Amino acid sequence: MVIQVRFFASLRESLKLSDCALPFESAMTVEQVWNKVTNNQPLPANLLCAVNMEYVSLQDAVKAGDEVAFFPPVTGG
Amino acid sequence: MHIEIRNTAFEPYQAVQAYQDKLAAAGQYGATAVFVGTMRDFNEGDDVKAMELEHYPGMTENYLATISQQAEQRWSLLDSLIIHRVGELWPNDPIVLVAVWSAHRKDAFEASRYLMEELKSKAPFWKKEHLTDGHRWVEHNTPG
Repeated sequence: MVIQVRFFASLRESLKLSDCALPFESAMTVEQVWNKVTNNQPLPANLLCAVNMEYVSLQDAVKAGDEVAFFPPVTGG
Repeated sequence: MHIEIRNTAFEPYQAVQAYQDKLAAAGQYGATAVFVGTMRDFNEGDDVKAMELEHYPGMTENYLATISQQAEQRWSLLDSLIIHRVGELWPNDPIVLVAVWSAHRKDAFEASRYLMEELKSKAPFWKKEHLTDGHRWVEHNTPG
């Protein structure tokens, strides 16, 4: 099983990555997912994250099959 | 309740009229609050030539449906409509429409304000502005 990871907007451009799949090995948090897929890049200020399209915090748990998304503050409307 | 994310231009006032014409609540609503957000040709002192609007397909629609349901629970509403553009926009293009129907004005005014503020602060959309000398991501929205 894998975790799907997605990046949006300025974060997608700065990381040069829109999505990737991470093998699920053991229980991990959203922050640990960030560290694995970005090779421990520092967390951007005001980073937002979602699991399965719901807002979560960096300390929330991720399970196999989840879709994790990272993105900057939103600017719609 | 209806939510639409679209990548082509729309005319918000025609959209309000078309939606209202099909409302089952005809005769019950005495108040309709309409908010239209339109693209400006300036931001933070610079001329803005065009804009790209990105969203998170699926999460954006889910979030707008959630806040619409919350508004229905909090106020006495007969119906609501949200339309939001994505893709390439030019100055004077409508970006967003929020319309709310209720029996009395208090519910429509307050619910439309709530929907717009929730949309602006948490719905996953991102604006990229095209300036005369390059482009930049908008980093935050102005306070409501």
